[in-house]
Amino acid sequence: MLLFVHLLCIPYSVPMPALCRDCLTTFEAGRRCPSCRSPRVLSHPELFTLKVAHMDCDAFYASVEKRDNPELMDKPVIIGGGKRGVVSTACYVARIRGVRSAMPMFQALKLCPDAVVIKPRGSHYAAVSKQIRALMDELTPAIEPLSLDEAFLDMTGTERLHGHPPAVMLARLVKRMEDELGLSGSIGLSHNKFLAKIASDLDKPRGFSIIGKAETAAFLRDKPVRLIWGVGPAAQASLDKAGIRTFTDLLRWEKRDLHDRFGSMGDRLWHLARGEDSRRVSAHAPMKSISNETTFFEDTADPDILDGHLWRLSEKVADRAKAKGSAGRVVTVKLKRANHSALSRRVSQPDLTQSADRIYRTARALFATVADEGPFRLIGVGISDLGPAEGADSAGDLLDPQATKRRAAEKATDSIRARFGDGAILKGRAIR
Amino acid sequence: MKISIERGTLLKAVGQAQSVVERRNTIPILANVLIEAEGDTVSFRATDLDIEVVDKTNAMVERAGSTTVSAVTLHEIVRKLPDGALVQLTDDGAAGRLTVEAGRSNFSLATLPKEDFPVMASSDYSANFSAPAPVLRRLFDKSKFAISTEETRYYLNGVYMHVADGEDGRVLRCVATDGHRLARIDADLPMGAEELPGVIVPRKTVGELHKLLDDDDATIAVSVSETKVRFATPEITLTSKVIDGTFPDYTRVIPVGNTRKMEVDATEFAQAVDRVATVSSERSRAVKLALDEDRLVLSVNAPDAGAAEEELAVAYGDERLEIGFNAKYLLEIASQVDRENAVFLFNNSGDPTLMREGGDTSAVYVVMPMRV
Repeated sequence: MLLFVHLLCIPYSVPMPALCRDCLTTFEAGRRCPSCRSPRVLSHPELFTLKVAHMDCDAFYASVEKRDNPELMDKPVIIGGGKRGVVSTACYVARIRGVRSAMPMFQALKLCPDAVVIKPRGSHYAAVSKQIRALMDELTPAIEPLSLDEAFLDMTGTERLHGHPPAVMLARLVKRMEDELGLSGSIGLSHNKFLAKIASDLDKPRGFSIIGKAETAAFLRDKPVRLIWGVGPAAQASLDKAGIRTFTDLLRWEKRDLHDRFGSMGDRLWHLARGEDSRRVSAHAPMKSISNETTFFEDTADPDILDGHLWRLSEKVADRAKAKGSAGRVVTVKLKRANHSALSRRVSQPDLTQSADRIYRTARALFATVADEGPFRLIGVGISDLGPAEGADSAGDLLDPQATKRRAAEKATDSIRARFGDGAILKGRAIR
Repeated sequence: MKISIERGTLLKAVGQAQSVVERRNTIPILANVLIEAEGDTVSFRATDLDIEVVDKTNAMVERAGSTTVSAVTLHEIVRKLPDGALVQLTDDGAAGRLTVEAGRSNFSLATLPKEDFPVMASSDYSANFSAPAPVLRRLFDKSKFAISTEETRYYLNGVYMHVADGEDGRVLRCVATDGHRLARIDADLPMGAEELPGVIVPRKTVGELHKLLDDDDATIAVSVSETKVRFATPEITLTSKVIDGTFPDYTRVIPVGNTRKMEVDATEFAQAVDRVATVSSERSRAVKLALDEDRLVLSVNAPDAGAAEEELAVAYGDERLEIGFNAKYLLEIASQVDRENAVFLFNNSGDPTLMREGGDTSAVYVVMPMRV
């Protein structure tokens, strides 16, 4: 009976390109590698023609910690900060117990009280990430890192250079990550970024998934739209209202109606519903926003405390913008209520700013519109729609004649700090 | 309900209605226009809960009645019908459909019950006056470019209409500003407007109002209360909530001590600004004005893209001055001038600049300079 099922599944008569993920042998169909007998075989009609990939490390931070300290190998490991913080990464042992990333730490510890909680070692992970990046650099120049542990790779035109199709090189990449760095990763291979990113998540950990052109429509059909990167609970709620739950629901909509209802996101949804995504894998994706946030030790609705945070965060954002020679038109305030529901408000201004004073005043006005929805557990400030620093903050405000003076004061403060250190001069509101 | 109406008349009425309807709304009835037929008139009513427009027009009413139907769909249909067509609208109460017939075209549209249609509560208007359409058009058209879009300063998202003391007595005044530029437009105070409470007319209402004011011979009846404003022609009534906020004290913003005077042909000036601004793709690009004895040099310097310079003959007799402005703001202000030369009054490179048309103080513009 078992044999019968397998015969049905794999029609030996039709040659289907296949690849052994252990010894990288390529061959034509088979459940085991003809050369090393490994069962980790990939076979797909488009295996050797697809070129856009997404590589995602498996539980990256936790894996690094386990690799560095083998005693942790079989223990549930959670990376995250403090009792009030959230889970940044949970190892697969902890995930079996139900721990997920972005889960509040107290909840994670309830599910998994014996977990080893480790504070994230940012700079160490960044160094490891660089080693992975070096391996990817050998494959293609078109790499778009999304974070320390995941990246898009466009392998178009690399086959002649390497003498192997992209799939082989990608299988080699994850193999080398395991052999040389002791870290595993999952690959998604498809014909655009949207599908590649979905694919990498299908078969984690140590996965390699393929979504070909031919099966794109069938694959998406019954999938929920929340699969789309960027469709979170809020977007999901507004899609729900429109009766859109799956990609099939989405296909029923006219492009124009989607646009009218959801704006530019509607346009994107229309294309994604058809498995189309024309975004390029760009090695130098420009920075899109600068933001800082803080989680409180205790939830608070105290306007004074929150105002102090707004100022410190605005100053941090401004400092980073100044350091990078960047400025933004849009100012965003992000909040999380005590029950973890998120809230954000943004405003677009006609000109660019990198001034802490202006970011703070704008953020404060935004915050005022939602201040009564507290208490809050987290507050964040950010700027986006970035542009060059030249020309930023060069226009005064007719209705706020003091603004120009305050900006001059900020400049003076900046130069004092540059000379005598960050603590040399502070605003009173920074110590609340 | 069964009515026959000429396509052009219908298009105008439905057009006004569908532009009030918000494209993105989650309450289905708000996407609809309420059609009410009685006697020999039909009225088309649409609302977004902040603005309500009612357009009354003559039609052959065979059977009185009312219903609501998608404003956008009806508008699209009527727009695509041939000019001069006679359109018949029939509502067969039971099936919940509205039939639209013209020539050989036949449409059946879903309706929603008219009882669900929100009608704006009426207000006690404390001031009622009437003004010729061209007067109101000038007040709003010349000020609306300066309306802010910044939601944090919501009280700037409209035109502040109020009574003020002008140079020659009381005036009806419209002011708009976004903090970077300001427009202050005055008109003779119409009879009955003395008790007008100052109100901030929202941006969208100003846009809708424009359509009521295109007939030069029309007289507009204006009614104002603390919370609402209404503009009416015999056919169209536009009622709007006003912005609930305090408009800032704009009088402090208008410079009085600016003495350095430059006079320039507004069209030549605008064209030159537009030309030099071409080299920079930045949205908030700065144009530098360098003034010397009867000579103005406009320049733009975009480090990545290039540079441009143009010289203009102007009337200027003061000391040398260099001052920068956002090119877009300069263009918008210069384009308000249509009869005489533009007169700019500067103080120095950091202070607000005033612009007016010749010696006319009934339209005054202020623009904040940029550091260049």
